Amino acid sequence: MTKILPKSHKNRWFGVLAIALCLVIWEIVAVAIVKYSFILPSPTDVFTAFVELVKNGTLILDFEESMVHFAVGMGAALLVGIPIGIFMGWSRKCDAFLNPIVELLRPIPPLAWIPFAIIWFGLTLWSAGFVIFIGSVFPIIINTYSGFRSVPRIYVEAGKMLGCTKSRDLIRHIAFPAALPSVASGIRIATGVAWMCLVAAELFGVSNYGLGKNLWQYYNLHRMDCVVVYMLILGLIGLLVDMLLRYYIDHHFLKWQTKEVA
Amino acid sequence: MGNLTINGLYQSFDRDDGTHLDVLNNLHLEVHDKEFVCILGASGCGKTTLLRLIAGLDQAKSGSIVLDGEEIGGPNPKVGFVFQEYSLFPWRNVIDNVAFGLEMRGVPKEERYATAKKYLDLVSLVQFSTSFPAELSGGMRQRVAVARALALDPVLLLMDEPFGALDAQTRNMLQKELLGIWEKTQKTIIFITHSVDEAVYLADRAIVLSPHAGRICREIPITLPRPRDRTSVEFAELRRDILDLISRT
Ligand SMILES: Nc1ncnc2c1ncn2[C@@H]1O[C@H](COP(=O)(O)OP(=O)(O)O)[C@@H](O)[C@H]1O
Ligand SMILES: [Mg+2]
Repeated sequence: MTKILPKSHKNRWFGVLAIALCLVIWEIVAVAIVKYSFILPSPTDVFTAFVELVKNGTLILDFEESMVHFAVGMGAALLVGIPIGIFMGWSRKCDAFLNPIVELLRPIPPLAWIPFAIIWFGLTLWSAGFVIFIGSVFPIIINTYSGFRSVPRIYVEAGKMLGCTKSRDLIRHIAFPAALPSVASGIRIATGVAWMCLVAAELFGVSNYGLGKNLWQYYNLHRMDCVVVYMLILGLIGLLVDMLLRYYIDHHFLKWQTKEVA
Repeated sequence: MGNLTINGLYQSFDRDDGTHLDVLNNLHLEVHDKEFVCILGASGCGKTTLLRLIAGLDQAKSGSIVLDGEEIGGPNPKVGFVFQEYSLFPWRNVIDNVAFGLEMRGVPKEERYATAKKYLDLVSLVQFSTSFPAELSGGMRQRVAVARALALDPVLLLMDEPFGALDAQTRNMLQKELLGIWEKTQKTIIFITHSVDEAVYLADRAIVLSPHAGRICREIPITLPRPRDRTSVEFAELRRDILDLISRT
C-alpha cells in the first residue's frame, strides 16, 4: 500500500487540474451562456455568497447544529448497533431470534421513518437524530455481526487454552478485537448513510439552524448561490469525515493485517 | 508433575451422509512426568483429534483422560497447546501475546511483563517484544506460540506439528531449541509429527498410530543419548526401522 503512494502523489496534480478545469468551464457556461444566476450561479457568485454566509455567522451555527444531530444519531446507532451485532454474531439463538426483525426493518428507507420521528419526538433535534439513527444502525449491526461470525476458530481455542473460557471474556478479549476491522468499516459506511439522512431530516424544520435546514431555507428565498455553498460544504464535510475514518482504519489495522511471510 | 493416563478412548464423527467415522478406537496411552513423547502417523489418522481431546477442546464419546489424578473435562491451565496453524493474536504485539494467559489470570501488568520477558528470552525473541505477529517469520511465530503456552507454566505441553510448515533448516534449529527448553523447564511434552526424523531426534518414545483402526500400533523407545547426531549410524538405523514399521502397518 505504501509503495503505491509516491506514484499517486505525482498523479494528484491531474486531479487538481481537473477541478480547476471544471471551475473554469462552469464559470464560462454560467456567465456567457446561461447568464441567469438563479438557474446556474457561477463560481464567483458562490464564493461571494460563501463569504457573506461566513461573515453573518449562520454557517458556523448551521455546522454546530448539524453536528449535534449527527452525533445524537450516530451515538445512538453505535450504542444500539454494536451490542446487537455482537449478540447476533456470537450466539446462534440470538441470531435466530433477532435476524427476522433486523431483516424486516432494514429495507425500510430511513426517510420513510420521518413521519413517525416527528410524531414521537416532535420538531426537536431528537427526531432528526432518530432518522439518522435508523439510517446508520443497520450497517453497524450487519458489519459487527459478520465480523463476529468470521472470527477464526483457532483464536477462540487458543484463548480457551490460555484460561479465557467465559463467554464474556472471549467476546471482550478475542472476538471483539478480531472483529474490529469489520466493525470499523461498518461504522465508516454508517457515517456516509447518516450524512445523507441528516439533510433530509433537517428539511422538516426540526431546528432553526442546520446545514440541511438552511439549504432548504435559501432555496425558498431563491438564493441559489447560497444553496450551492451548502451543497459543497455538505460534500466536503462528508468527504473529510470519511477520509479521517479511512486514515484511522488503515493505520490502526495495517500493522496487524496478516501479510504472510514464510 | 505431569503424568497422563488415557484409557479406552473412543472418538467418532458424524459424517454428512449419516455414517460414523471412527477416528480413535479404544486407545490406551501412558505418558510419564517429564517425558518427551512423539506421536507419529499418516495424515488423517487422528493425531489432532487425540491431542484436542487431551487438551479438553473436544469431548470424547467414551474413555477417560486423567492428568495427575484429575479427569480432563475442558481446557485447563495445566495443559499448554501449540497449534499446527499460526494462532498468535494478530491484534496484540508479541509480548502481549505471551502475557495473555497471565492477563486473564489477573496478574498485574509489571509482573506479567516480567514473566513474559523471561519466556521470550527462552526462545531468544526478547528484542521482538513490540513487534506484531504479521511482522514475524513463520518460525518466529511458532517460537512465540511456544513462549505463550509456557508462560502459564503448564505441567503438560501439547504440540501439534508445530514445525510442519517450516523449511528444513529452521525446523532443525527449532527442534534443538525445543530440547533445550524441555531440559530447562522439565515439562512433559506430547509432540505430534509426521516426520520420523523429527521424532527420532526429539523423543524419549515414539508412538505410531495406525491409519485405520485408530489405535496405537507401535511404541518405540528411543534411547540414543542427547544431543543426537542425525548423521550417526544409530540414528539412521532407528529411522529406517521406524519407517519400515510404518510402511508395514
Ligand atoms: N470435527 C470433525 N468433524 C468431522 N470429521 C472430523 C473432524 N475432525 C477430524 N475429522 C476427521 O477425522 C480424521 C482424523 O483427523 P485429524 O485428527 O485431524 O488427523 P491428523 O491430525 O492425524 O491429520 C480425518 O479423517 C478428519 O477428516
Ligand atoms: Mg493434524
